[in-house]
Amino acid sequence: MTTRTDVPRWTAIPAAIAVALLGLPLVGLVLRVEWADFLSLVTTESSRAALALSLRTAAASTVLCVLLGVPLALLLARSSGRWAAAVRAVVLVPLVLPPVVGGIALLATFGRRGWLGEHLEALGIEIAFSTLAVVLAQTFVSLPFLVITLEGALRAADPGFADVAATLGASPGRVLRRVTLPLVAPGLVAGVVLSFARALGEFGATVTFAGSLQGVTRALPTEIYLQREVDPDAATALAFLLVAVAVVVIAVVHRPGRSPW
Amino acid sequence: MRRLGAVLVAIAATGSACTSSTDAVQERTFTVFAAASLNQTFTEIADRFEGEHDGVEVRLSFGGSSDLAAQILEGAPSDVFAAADERTMARVTGASEDALAPEIVATNTLQIAASPDGSVASADDLTDPGTKVVVCAPQVPCGAATRVLLAKNGLRISAVSEEQSVTDVLGKVTSGEADAGIVYRTDVVAAGSSVRGVDVPGADEVVNRYPAAALDPGDDLAAEFVAFASGPEGRRILSEAGFGAP
Repeated sequence: MTTRTDVPRWTAIPAAIAVALLGLPLVGLVLRVEWADFLSLVTTESSRAALALSLRTAAASTVLCVLLGVPLALLLARSSGRWAAAVRAVVLVPLVLPPVVGGIALLATFGRRGWLGEHLEALGIEIAFSTLAVVLAQTFVSLPFLVITLEGALRAADPGFADVAATLGASPGRVLRRVTLPLVAPGLVAGVVLSFARALGEFGATVTFAGSLQGVTRALPTEIYLQREVDPDAATALAFLLVAVAVVVIAVVHRPGRSPW
Repeated sequence: MRRLGAVLVAIAATGSACTSSTDAVQERTFTVFAAASLNQTFTEIADRFEGEHDGVEVRLSFGGSSDLAAQILEGAPSDVFAAADERTMARVTGASEDALAPEIVATNTLQIAASPDGSVASADDLTDPGTKVVVCAPQVPCGAATRVLLAKNGLRISAVSEEQSVTDVLGKVTSGEADAGIVYRTDVVAAGSSVRGVDVPGADEVVNRYPAAALDPGDDLAAEFVAFASGPEGRRILSEAGFGAP
């Protein structure tokens, strides 16, 4: 690691403590895993069902995040003023909410007696206890990660290229596709990966809002929580699996030299 | 560094002085880990116990029995443990069951918590495909008991969700998400008018027993607390909340 001259040496000590605080629990987790039984613990029927559901729902909510979040990030990055600030605050709220609070808010809105859920049910759309509820909860908590990451990248990107393209006669849609999005591609990828990883880890809002049924609403974090009651070894093995997936996903994108952040 | 060590030793010394004092007038704080379903009753029992013992303060920690058991096994400072079932208690007492001698302080049976404005009037209504039923997962104590009770009645229901705790089941009913759930009788009592209790035939034969134990056999005050909880005063508080006698 090369350190620039404007960083005092003493910073190494608190920095090392910070890394230890974040890293040591992962070491603890690895040490606790019963490696001899690992494969059998993570391949039980309920584990496989939970992992498959997690991957499916996290992928679906990531797609939703892209479809909804990219346009929102574009608008936020190009606007200023009170309204933009208000919208940005709304976008940031799920980041600081306890997940259970998010779940209660989703229930109050999309639940069977929620102010929108009631009407949706009349239309034949049932969200309660469905996989759709899991996807909604995951999208609720992971959308901010995509929007904030992409907005940051858009604000940091040089607007000159887009201006030139526009003066050369390119339509706004063409400028977006050919100039702006390629410029911020690393930021977009980072946002997508972060929102996928966050969706994979979503727990509190899901159990509060969606419930827990094998293959339908019981994603990996919920399965871990349930297994912990009866089989701590299985819970630890699954916890490691979840951490491993998250670490791999983040490491693939955030390689040194092409840091999107 | 040496000074830091001295401070730590001093802190440790004060800490142990507080907890091991066994003067005639016992000035002591001790900790009770109790199953979440005992929240209201044990809070009241602890209040009464403090009232009868000058200088004694009871600290309460409520949670899922399995969680609490895991915390105790990982070394959490607890003097009394009250679990929602004997299986969980056995994990904590382990081989020293004789020395710790858990005492059954209460029993609980299952009941249907139905939505007050819903149509569920009997256990058979749970099999109606249009009824959204929530139960505890078979892995947790209330779910294991639910499975036995349903089998006893030959009922096959397809629950829309298997929750990790009985409070989660109750929450799904009180919030209107589910039409009915299977919970403990005490949960129905505690929920008041937000749910309607519907009896299940044979429920009194599927009994959940709540054992409590002082975790150090030599700890007289902790043993006294367990005796108080299972004594007349504790019994009255527990039965008012819907718990059965041991």
